[in-house]
Amino acid sequence: MSLLFALLFYLAILVLALGLGYKVYDFARTPAPLLIPTTPAPTTQGGVALRMAREVFLFESLFKSNLWIWGAGMMFHAGLALVLIRHLRYFTEPVWSWVALIQPFGIYAGLLMGAGLCGLWIRRIFVERIRYISTPSDHLMLALLLAIAASGLSMKFISHTDIVGVKNFFLGMMHLNLQPLPADGVLYLHLLLVAALMLIFPFSKLLHAPGVFFSPSRNQIDNPREKRHIAPWAADLEK
Amino acid sequence: MAEITAPAYRIIPIIPALKPDAMVESKPYVASDKIQEAIGFPGKLADDWQVTHDAVIAKMGELLSKYRSLKVYLDACVHCGACSDKCHYFIGTQDPKNMPVARQDLMRSVYRRYFTLPGKLFPKLVGARDLTKEVLDEWYSYYNQCSECRRCSVFCPYGIDTAEITMAAKEILDSVGYGQKYSNEIIGKVHKIGNNLGLPPPALLDTLEGLEEDVKEDTGIDVRFPLDVKGAEVLLITPSADFFAEPHIDSLIGYAKVFHASGVSWTLSSMASEAGNFGMFIGNYEQLRKIALRVREAALELGVKRIVVGECGHAWRVAYSFWNTLIGVGAGASDPYAIQLQNQLDLRYKQPMHICEFTWDLIERGGLSFDKEANDKHIITFHDSCNVARASRMGDFAGGQFEIPRNIIKACANNFVEMRDGATREQTFCCGGGGGLLTDELLDLRVKGALPRMEALQQVKDSHDVNFMATICAICKAQFTKVLPMYGFDRRVVGGVHQLVSNAIKLGDK
Ligand code: SF4
Ligand code: SF4
Repeated sequence: MSLLFALLFYLAILVLALGLGYKVYDFARTPAPLLIPTTPAPTTQGGVALRMAREVFLFESLFKSNLWIWGAGMMFHAGLALVLIRHLRYFTEPVWSWVALIQPFGIYAGLLMGAGLCGLWIRRIFVERIRYISTPSDHLMLALLLAIAASGLSMKFISHTDIVGVKNFFLGMMHLNLQPLPADGVLYLHLLLVAALMLIFPFSKLLHAPGVFFSPSRNQIDNPREKRHIAPWAADLEK
Repeated sequence: MAEITAPAYRIIPIIPALKPDAMVESKPYVASDKIQEAIGFPGKLADDWQVTHDAVIAKMGELLSKYRSLKVYLDACVHCGACSDKCHYFIGTQDPKNMPVARQDLMRSVYRRYFTLPGKLFPKLVGARDLTKEVLDEWYSYYNQCSECRRCSVFCPYGIDTAEITMAAKEILDSVGYGQKYSNEIIGKVHKIGNNLGLPPPALLDTLEGLEEDVKEDTGIDVRFPLDVKGAEVLLITPSADFFAEPHIDSLIGYAKVFHASGVSWTLSSMASEAGNFGMFIGNYEQLRKIALRVREAALELGVKRIVVGECGHAWRVAYSFWNTLIGVGAGASDPYAIQLQNQLDLRYKQPMHICEFTWDLIERGGLSFDKEANDKHIITFHDSCNVARASRMGDFAGGQFEIPRNIIKACANNFVEMRDGATREQTFCCGGGGGLLTDELLDLRVKGALPRMEALQQVKDSHDVNFMATICAICKAQFTKVLPMYGFDRRVVGGVHQLVSNAIKLGDK
C-alpha cells in the first residue's frame, strides 16, 4: 500500500508539474496582437501589478459583481490557502516557525473552506442561471474539494490518524527513501482524493489559477498611444 | 414578423427568470456570395458538411495559436456565474444563451471536444460537444446577439471578455462562408467608396458646402468644412453618419466651430471619410488593418501633423488602442514602417486625439467661450458609450474618458444629471446596437437590448425631468433615435456632446 501511494504521488506531482508547466508555456508563447485591457486600466507596469494583486488577493472584479459569490469564494480560497500552508508541516523538518505559528488556525481554516464550498454549491444548485451553466464536472469538482476537506477534518475530529507516520512517509518520499504509510482508511481516502485533484488540475477549469495572470484584459498596460505594440505575426503583414 | 414593441420596465431591477430559446430565431441576414467574395471570404458554406466541419476546427486552432485572449479565456472560466446577469441582451431577452458565460460556452463546448483531453475522453462530463451544423447555426444566432461591449469583462474575476470570443466566432463563420450581410456589405463599401455609407466624394463635397452655407445663415460666420486640403494641421477622421444623419450632423457642426475658434487648420479626407472600422466587429485582423490603412495613406498624402477622431465609440477604440499597432499612428515606434509616419506627426500632441480631448484642452486654456444659457432648454445626462468606456481612454489618467466629456458638457450647459450608479462609467450599458447589429432585421433584439439603458434614463426623467441624453458614438445616436420612441421618449432626446458645444459656443468675439 505504501508503495502504491508513493507511486501515485510521484505520478501526480509529475503530471501536475509537467501539465501546468506546459499550459503556462503555452499561454506565454501565444501572442496577444492587440492591446485590450479592460479600461479604466493602469497606465504603468506598477499599476498593473497592483491591479493583478487586487484581483488575486481580494477578487476585486468579483466583489463588484456579486457579493454572494465573492463571499463564498473568498471563504473557500482563504481557507484553502491557510490549510495548504498548514500542511507544509508534513514536508518540512524542522517545521518552519511561521508555519508552526498558524497551526492553531488550521482547523478554522478547514471549516471555513468547507463552508465556502457549501455556499458555492448551494448557489450552483438553487440559482437558476448558475444551474443552467453548470456541467456535471462543475458539481464533481465541488464534491471532490468538499470530500477532501471533510476527510481531512474527520481525521482531526473523529478518528485521529498517526500524523507522525504520515510525516515520515512524505519526508521519505521527498528523499527517495520509502517509509511506511500508516494504515488508515480515512487517510487513504484523503490522499487518494488529493492525488486525483492534482492529476486533473492541468486539464480542468482549475487553470483559472495560472490563467488570471495571463488574461490580457487584466495584465496589459493602457499605453497604446505612447508605445507601439505589435505581435510577430502581425508585423509580417507590413512586409 | 409580429410588431416589435419594447419590453416592460422591470418593477425592481432584479435578475429575470430564464426563457430558454426565446431568441433562437433572431439572426441577421446571411451575406450573399458577392458580398463575401468582395472582401476575400468564401461565398457560401461548402455543400459537404465535413468540409465545413474540418475548416471550422482548423480555423479555431489557428486563432488559438494567434490570440492569447481566446486561449486563456476558453480555459480559465470556472462557471462562477458572476457575469451571468450583466449582459443587456440577457436582461432584455431573458434568453439564457445571452448570458455571457453561456455565450462563451457555445464555443467552449466545441473547444473542449476537439482541443482538450477530458473533452475528448468524457465529453458529457465537461459539457463538450461535437461540432454539427446545428451548433454552427446556434453560433450564427447568438454570436450575432453580442455587441462586443465588454460589460461582462468588467465583472469576471479573470477579466474574461466575451467580445473576444464573439469576434473569434465571427471570424470563423466568415472563413467558412457564413458571414453576416450588414457588416460585410459595409466593409465592402468602405474599400470601394471610402466610407460605410457609400457616400462618394462629390456628394461629400456637396454636403460640406451645404453645411458651410447653413452655418453662415445661422451664425453669420464663415465656418469652413474643408475637404482634402494638403498641408492642413489636423486631419479629422469621423464616422460618415456625421455627414448627414440626424442628430450626428449637429456634432459635426460642433467640431467645425471648435476648429474655427481654435484657429487650427484642419481637413477631412475623401479617401478616409470614415472613422468606423467594422473589421473589428468581425474579428478579422487583416480587414481591421486594411480599413485602418486608409487613414495612414490619407495622413501621409495630406501631410498633416495631427489626427483627431470624431464622436464614435468603437472607432475610438480602434483609433486609440489599435492604430499605433495597425498603422503606426501614435508614438514610441522603433521600426521604419511606423517611424515614417511618426516623424511626420507632431508628437507634442497625443496621436490620435479624440475631439473631446481637443475641445477640453482648448476650454482649459481659455480658448473657448460659451453662452451656457443657449443650452438651458436641455436637462442633460450622459450615456457612456461602451467602447469608449471600457476599451479606451482620454487624457492623461485612467478614467479620463468619463471625466472629459462630462467636463465639456458642464462647461457649455447648466443642467447636468447623472444616471444611477451601475449604469454609467465602466459599468455602462451598451445602447443595444453596437458590434455590427445596427440593422433592421435585428430590431427586436436591439429594442430589448436597450432596456437597461432606457430604465436608467426613465429614472432621471422622472426624478429630474431629464430631456437630453448626450453621447459620443455614431451607433448609439442611430440606435437611440430608433428605439427611444418605442419606449415613449422623443427621438431628439439623444444627441452628441459637440451638439451641445455647437449650441453654446461663442464665435463672434474671438
Ligand atoms: S460583450 Fe456585452 S453584449 Fe457581449 S456578452 Fe458581454 S455584456 Fe453581452
Ligand atoms: S464571470 Fe468569468 S469565470 Fe465566472 S462564469 Fe463568467 S466568464 Fe466564467
